[in-house]
Amino acid sequence: MVVAAMPAPNEPEPDSAKPLVIAGITRHFHIGKRLVTALDKVSASTAPGLVTGLIGPDGAGKTTLMRLIAGLLRADAGSIHVFGTDVRAAPLVVQGMISYMPQRFGLYEDLTVGENLDLYADLQGVATAARAARYAELLHMTGLADFTARLAGRLSGGMKQKLGLACTLIRPPRLLLLDEPTVGVDPVSRRELWQIVDHLVRKAGMSVLLSTAYLDEAERCDEVLLLHEGQLIGSGQPGDFTQAMAGRSFQVRAPGRSKRALQAALAPLAGVTDAVIQGEAVRLVLDAHTLPATISPPGFDDLRITPAAPRFEDRFVDLLRGKTGATAAVMPVAAEIIAPVAAEAVIEAVHLVKQFGAFTAVDDISFSVRRGEIFGLLGANGAGKSTTFRMLCGLLPATSGHLRVDGYDLRHATATARGRLGYMAQKFSLYGDLSVMQNLRFFAAAYGLSRQRRAERIGWALREFELAPLADATSRDLPLGFKQRMALACALMHEPDVLFLDEPTSGVDPLARREFWQRINALAERGVTVLVTTHFMDEAEYCDRLVIMAQGRILAAGTSEALKQAARTASQPEPSMEDAFIALIMADSAKTTGQAA
Amino acid sequence: MRARLFALVIKEFLAILRDAKSRMVLIGPPLIQLVIFGYAASFDLNHVPFAVYDQDQSVASRDLVADFAGSRAFQQVAVLHGPQHIKDLIDSRQVEMVLDIDPRFSRDLLTNQPAPVQVIVDGRNSNTALVILGYANTIIADASARWAASHGGAPPPAQLQTQALFNQNLDSHWFIIPGIVALLTQVVTLLVVGLSVAREREAGTFDQILVTPLRPFDILLGKSLPGLIIGLAEGSVIILAAHFWFRVPLLGGLVQLYTGLFLFTAAVTGIGLMISSLAATQQQALLGAFLFMVPSIILSGFATPIANMPVLVQELTLLNPMRYALVVIRDCFLEQPGFCTLLPQYLAMTALALFSLAAAGWLFRKRSV
Amino acid sequence: MTARLLRLRGLIRKEGLQILRDPSSIAIAFILPAMLLMLFGYGVSLDARNVALGLVVEQKSAAAASLTAQFRHSPYFAPQDFASAAAVQQALSRGRIEGFIWLQGDFARQLSAGHDPQIGLFVDGVNANNARLIENYVQQSWADWAAQQGAKTAIAVQPRIWFNPAVSSRDYLVPGLIAVIMTLTGALLTAMVIAREWERGTMEALMVTRVSMDEILVSKIIPYFLLGMGGMVVAVLIAVGLFGVPLLGSLLVLGLAASLFMLASLGMGLLISTVAKNQFVAGQIAIITTFLPAFILSGFIFDISSMPVPIQWLTHIVAARYFVAILQTLFLAGTVWSVLVPNLFALLMMAVFFLGAARLAARKRLD
Repeated sequence: MVVAAMPAPNEPEPDSAKPLVIAGITRHFHIGKRLVTALDKVSASTAPGLVTGLIGPDGAGKTTLMRLIAGLLRADAGSIHVFGTDVRAAPLVVQGMISYMPQRFGLYEDLTVGENLDLYADLQGVATAARAARYAELLHMTGLADFTARLAGRLSGGMKQKLGLACTLIRPPRLLLLDEPTVGVDPVSRRELWQIVDHLVRKAGMSVLLSTAYLDEAERCDEVLLLHEGQLIGSGQPGDFTQAMAGRSFQVRAPGRSKRALQAALAPLAGVTDAVIQGEAVRLVLDAHTLPATISPPGFDDLRITPAAPRFEDRFVDLLRGKTGATAAVMPVAAEIIAPVAAEAVIEAVHLVKQFGAFTAVDDISFSVRRGEIFGLLGANGAGKSTTFRMLCGLLPATSGHLRVDGYDLRHATATARGRLGYMAQKFSLYGDLSVMQNLRFFAAAYGLSRQRRAERIGWALREFELAPLADATSRDLPLGFKQRMALACALMHEPDVLFLDEPTSGVDPLARREFWQRINALAERGVTVLVTTHFMDEAEYCDRLVIMAQGRILAAGTSEALKQAARTASQPEPSMEDAFIALIMADSAKTTGQAA
Repeated sequence: MRARLFALVIKEFLAILRDAKSRMVLIGPPLIQLVIFGYAASFDLNHVPFAVYDQDQSVASRDLVADFAGSRAFQQVAVLHGPQHIKDLIDSRQVEMVLDIDPRFSRDLLTNQPAPVQVIVDGRNSNTALVILGYANTIIADASARWAASHGGAPPPAQLQTQALFNQNLDSHWFIIPGIVALLTQVVTLLVVGLSVAREREAGTFDQILVTPLRPFDILLGKSLPGLIIGLAEGSVIILAAHFWFRVPLLGGLVQLYTGLFLFTAAVTGIGLMISSLAATQQQALLGAFLFMVPSIILSGFATPIANMPVLVQELTLLNPMRYALVVIRDCFLEQPGFCTLLPQYLAMTALALFSLAAAGWLFRKRSV
Repeated sequence: MTARLLRLRGLIRKEGLQILRDPSSIAIAFILPAMLLMLFGYGVSLDARNVALGLVVEQKSAAAASLTAQFRHSPYFAPQDFASAAAVQQALSRGRIEGFIWLQGDFARQLSAGHDPQIGLFVDGVNANNARLIENYVQQSWADWAAQQGAKTAIAVQPRIWFNPAVSSRDYLVPGLIAVIMTLTGALLTAMVIAREWERGTMEALMVTRVSMDEILVSKIIPYFLLGMGGMVVAVLIAVGLFGVPLLGSLLVLGLAASLFMLASLGMGLLISTVAKNQFVAGQIAIITTFLPAFILSGFIFDISSMPVPIQWLTHIVAARYFVAILQTLFLAGTVWSVLVPNLFALLMMAVFFLGAARLAARKRLD
């Protein structure tokens, strides 16, 4: 049962049965000189024994709300009751009923798995006699039983999260708060984490509040609260959200035509809520009053429109569009250019190997990328994709093998060769202390543009990315979406032929992500070659072709469509990219253990 | 090319000056250190508290006590009437010296015997003890000569005429404050340069500029110039403060002074860049800078003379650029050195600067591209 | 075991394991003190020995020879002969000698005629302290020579230097240095390790458990107290064993003083880390507010009573000032209660103040 975002009642009835009653919570922060409203009169409540998803992009206010519930922050207005107890009045009582796993769970990395468990058992007052059984249960559940003597710092990202969860659960709480437990975790571990959460709720009857920026995780929750820019924009059961979109989602194909041109043509049409590339097709979401038959983008005669199952994300985008009034097209559409038929390979890796001491990070991989192609390197953390990426950029020397970017090995290439490359690092690493304008000026000069050209390009960047009003703002204080825009502007300052993107849209809200990919699509249409590394399955959908990496090797290569096809089984007739990925990893690890045995 | 370098330098300055934390590094510690060192760090003594145990109680003994009490160096805080309190007063640090005048004092004076006076000094701080003893000796020697002159006794066969060159009043501020110029220039330059690469590594911007057409040499130069400029600016501010606020004379040529300061800053920049290229995080860079800074200050002659150190340690100081900088700066403040006089110091600092910058460049290439 | 004790035990055990596994805290606690002590013990001396002293004797004579012999036989001087005043002046300005004695051509003739000739002593005044020591040494040598020549001084000075008759600067620098080093382990280490918990997000995880802020503070104080006292023991052993500094006072009082000082330092460290929640800033504040004052304002090298009055007031809030006074007394003078009691009381006040302030500043919230 969820109370929607209504004006808060003056004083909610303290209901000791409800895990959480939030009434009119408001919280402000100062970021630089700006006063930011992290939460704006949010009211909601949750029901016991359910998984409630707190869903929204980075900066929506999820962590602030979690901390307020845990009594780590004080609200500027409003109240929070946990099982009828006011958090503000009795934080220690509330902390006795809840367990909270912060986003970067504070594992002591120089302590072993067992010592971390001991610490939290001591802190939570678990009786010594009860420990053996509890540890066994938790270690079994998290699959860490074989690693109790290993230092927490030496665990993989997924294992760390599971250990964090085990520490949080050492004393079963009545309400479990999980702040983005699946961030930075590979799909296999993500699936395992979710299984643990499900198990806890079903078996132990715990109530869980879980925050996430991945919209696809909403569908695994029993009920969801949608946060956007500090406001609750929706709440209910995820099925209801998806159902609301029934009959409005379609797949559109135009045989023989570029999917990107099709997407660009569809997006600005009246009645189109959303148009995104999905594999070889374009996924189209229409507003409630538009029928698919009325859709006719100029220049496309032979459209094949088939209904598609609605997704949670469709509803989210629909809600956001209604709120902001933005249309699906946020930028001028690039003219369709017929890509050259015999496209040459721009990026080439042949038998590439990278060893760090005895550890082989990249183990004999080969692939090539053609001009104007968007190519993805997909893999979990530690799969070797970042190492490959850094070798291609010339930041790391290869142990052996051969690589070429636009005809050069960038490690030995002259400065001019590097001048044809654009690079956008993970987390949009720009000079945070410099203003937007100062960053643009610096990169324009660093790429060696002439004085006149610099002025032109900076003007272009301010216009094209709508950064002009923010030109003097310190870039550290910008919202995430603007940081990403600025990073792309800097990477494109010198109009590169090849663009390297490292997890370019992690955490940004769905609208900003769409806008970003629309720009990238336009660039690819103009013949720019794009290489993307990511562990987000969403981003993989935008790629023309991709390779899936694990343990330094390439497990599979091809279009996303082909990779999904390969994973199709009787039990999974329509596998998602994530399903395909997990199937590949599972098959691979089965093979490796088979060999070992 | 010039535009790129210019952009790098501008970027570096903006990154340092727009961030409150790094601004604090530039302004806070130097200001505090200047005040503390400038006012507190001095070996000179004045108003040394002392007690008198005058067992003679004669005109002559009272004259001697008056000589002490009238000196700026001493301040009489107690008069004792028995020996048992001497220990209490010194033990409890209420006085640093006791003037114990023997009961035979005036009698011996009149009979031309050496009249005994005991000067008891607290030796817990040996330097203070020696200085107090020196002051006491001077006062007593003067009194002794006066008595001899007025009572027809034999004067000493020859007079010792003492003259301190370059610092007539032996004001130790004149020694410490020019030293601060070198000290703070080193601290600030090292922190600015030492942390700069590590900061970019942490923020991820280092990769970003490595993939631009900028060459490692450009980046290195872009990192060194701001350090050099900030170091020279910091040094100049302290030179001005030393001269106009603390009133230390500035006699030598500015050309000689700035040649030395420039070479010193260049050498420190090189060392800072070496630390920076080795450190992966700001934490490590800070630790590295600290580990270099503490021995380099102690073994520079800043507070204690190099000549007093064991020979092996003295040889070690030859690798310390601050050692040479201190000589140049102090000479330029208090003397009028010619270029040739300072040439050995210049050459040593040039060698250290060239070596450290080359080593930094090598490490830089090795660690980056 | 009560829940509270159980939590404390867990936290303290965690802290201990972290110290054991992190080489850098061991290094700051044990290796840094040893290194600093060595550096100071061997590298720093304020005593002038073998002073390079120039001698210019313009005309040789028996009287001049007897005077210069005084310098040649003194342990304080390493005299060098120069032919002319010009040469010796150049050597002085090049920094090759620290001062010179100039006997003019008519020295012997004037002396025998009873004309009271002048002996010129010129010292390089740039290092004022050193110059003063050289002047004193020369004056002594001169007085000895005058006595040999049959002169009688009217007043005979009998110097008595208590506690440190050899006037070795190492004997007073080393005990003071222990205070500086303890400041480093106490405040710097504590400030950095708590800031590290904020940075790594472990503090947030601790805070949502039922742990109270008192328990977190106590669990930080106990292990680092022990670590700091360990460093103290190392430093005392080096001081006594390697440098032969006498330790005349009571070990029990030494332990008590060190404990109080350690608590004050830990309190400061805790306070700093609650204000600055990142290691970089915490390290900087710790160095500026604890290490530098301990060095300069504690009376460890520079005499407090000679500082300007406002700076003297300032030294009263430097905990190291009291500890330095206690250490110098305990090592060189013995258990002198009249010094120890007021200083111990001041340390107690400081410990109470800083621990109390740290407790007030540490709130179990993130804002």
